Amino acid sequence: MSAQPKKKSRFAGVDKSLYLMLIPGAIIVAIYSYGPLFGLQIAFKRYDIVQGIWNSPWIGLTNFKYVMSYPGFWQIVFNTVYIALLKMIFRYVVPIVVALLLNEVLNLKFKRIVQTLIYLPHFISWIVICGVLISILDPTDGAVNEILKVFGMEPVYFLGNKSTFRPVLVISDVWKEFGYGTIIYMAALTGIDPTLYEAATIDRANRFQKMWYITLPGMAPVIVLTGILGLGSLLSAGFDQIFNLYNPLVYDVADVLDTLTYRMGLVNAQYDVSTAISLMTSVINAGLVGISYFIAYKVAGYRIF
Amino acid sequence: MKIKQTPGDIVFNVINYAILTFLALICVIPFIHLIALSFSSSAMAAAGRVGLWPQDFTLASYQYAFQTPTFLRAFGITILRVVLGVSLNMVLLVLTAYPLSKRNKEMPGRTIISWFFVIPMFIGGGLIPTYLVVNATGINNTIFALIIPGAVSVYNVMILLNFFRQTPKELEESALMDGASQFTCLVKIYVPLAIPCLATLFIFCTVGHWNDWFSGMIYINSSKNYPLMTYLQNLIQTPDFSLADPSQAELLAKINSKTYQAAQIVIATVPILVVYPFMQKYFVTGMTLGAMKG
Repeated sequence: MSAQPKKKSRFAGVDKSLYLMLIPGAIIVAIYSYGPLFGLQIAFKRYDIVQGIWNSPWIGLTNFKYVMSYPGFWQIVFNTVYIALLKMIFRYVVPIVVALLLNEVLNLKFKRIVQTLIYLPHFISWIVICGVLISILDPTDGAVNEILKVFGMEPVYFLGNKSTFRPVLVISDVWKEFGYGTIIYMAALTGIDPTLYEAATIDRANRFQKMWYITLPGMAPVIVLTGILGLGSLLSAGFDQIFNLYNPLVYDVADVLDTLTYRMGLVNAQYDVSTAISLMTSVINAGLVGISYFIAYKVAGYRIF
Repeated sequence: MKIKQTPGDIVFNVINYAILTFLALICVIPFIHLIALSFSSSAMAAAGRVGLWPQDFTLASYQYAFQTPTFLRAFGITILRVVLGVSLNMVLLVLTAYPLSKRNKEMPGRTIISWFFVIPMFIGGGLIPTYLVVNATGINNTIFALIIPGAVSVYNVMILLNFFRQTPKELEESALMDGASQFTCLVKIYVPLAIPCLATLFIFCTVGHWNDWFSGMIYINSSKNYPLMTYLQNLIQTPDFSLADPSQAELLAKINSKTYQAAQIVIATVPILVVYPFMQKYFVTGMTLGAMKG
């Protein structure tokens, strides 16, 4: 009873409807986000459809040992990090350069047209883009090979060749996302005081000096922030893209953790083994994202809520 | 302020405009090629003669696509899914973001509740556990499997929450003084003022539902109930003409799997292209909001 008055005062005047509003969203998150988190326990069990998640027998680390000894597993880990890292680097650098170039354009109409066109691919589904890629990279009648033929070169089967498959992944990914990536830098550039450029002009600074000493420092906080937050994607090689482009000819270089999880789980129906891979990637991902957010908070004062 | 351009400036400008023009063009050329392909005859497409303009112009691929019941059905399912899914997204977004945008003083326990919503942003259950939960709740093989599991996007909640916080407190305080409830404040004050932000999130949700193919592939058992992108994924991975209707022989003579696919891809992308010019104004704001929060 003694705690009653204190508790009452804390909630005095608080509109209970605020809590009621949260209920529908909270129920969905509880079931479909927390439910699967509890379901991760089957990574340590021998999953039995009849017995379900809770009653299947525990088998310790057997699933993990199975995964580690799976032929090609370490190659798959390498592929994942390699592809993700290359994408991360290009996705980071290209938008910065393009934003700097766009910033030098004085013709506003031209600038707007360019922006409109380069943002577009971001909104197009990977399914459509993979359909386009498969069509234009086709070894017999694809447009790219027709161009190569004009220059007297041999046609290349880009999607069936181990040396060209990863470059196709990285280039098409950067192609899809670089324009959209410039938005955040363009926004940062509008915050730069124009009198700085005027003062620099009077001091006879040339274009590159202005770029180096005014524009880049103006973008620096955002550059640092996007760089740090980008680190969280070290295991995200891009399932949608790879799954729709790869084929047995290039499995060696194209198979990544997400595609392995899919094949183990839904093709081979080895639910427990697939979940063991999910658990490993989830934990490493959470660590990476957590660390990157923590650094972003310390360095740039970035907060999610 | 007019400044005389040095020769160096002129050279730089020429190169800069050339690079940017090139970048802008490579972003649209593949789509123009695809459109040209969809209006070309099978003979020209197979010979690799189609560039950026239709060769031997024909509407056969489109006629055939519009006579394919599975394609039309998939289109209809996606429209239904977008309407239901986005409505649910928006209602949940507003209801979830509003309480979380309050200060701890106004809503005791807010920090803990916020963490409850944020943790799933960092760690997920992965493919199979999610699949098992969706099956266990009995919504698999229904349209609800496509809209309910991802109905609360915490990332979007964060964007809206930070927008709500910019609303002047005085508006709400005077309304509360006059006896308005929190729900009235939300509907009459916060939502109308957040229209630009809600428009952005509406676009994100619509594009998300339109483009999603994976949930259709894993949760829908029968390919005749696939949403559009799952249908297309299936078509691109396993181009299958064995189902071709023999009574359409005249049309089939003019098309092949390539032009037919191109036509369907174009039809599936047109809705995005039509709304794109209108949404540009909003997604730039949204992107900046999402990035510059805190």
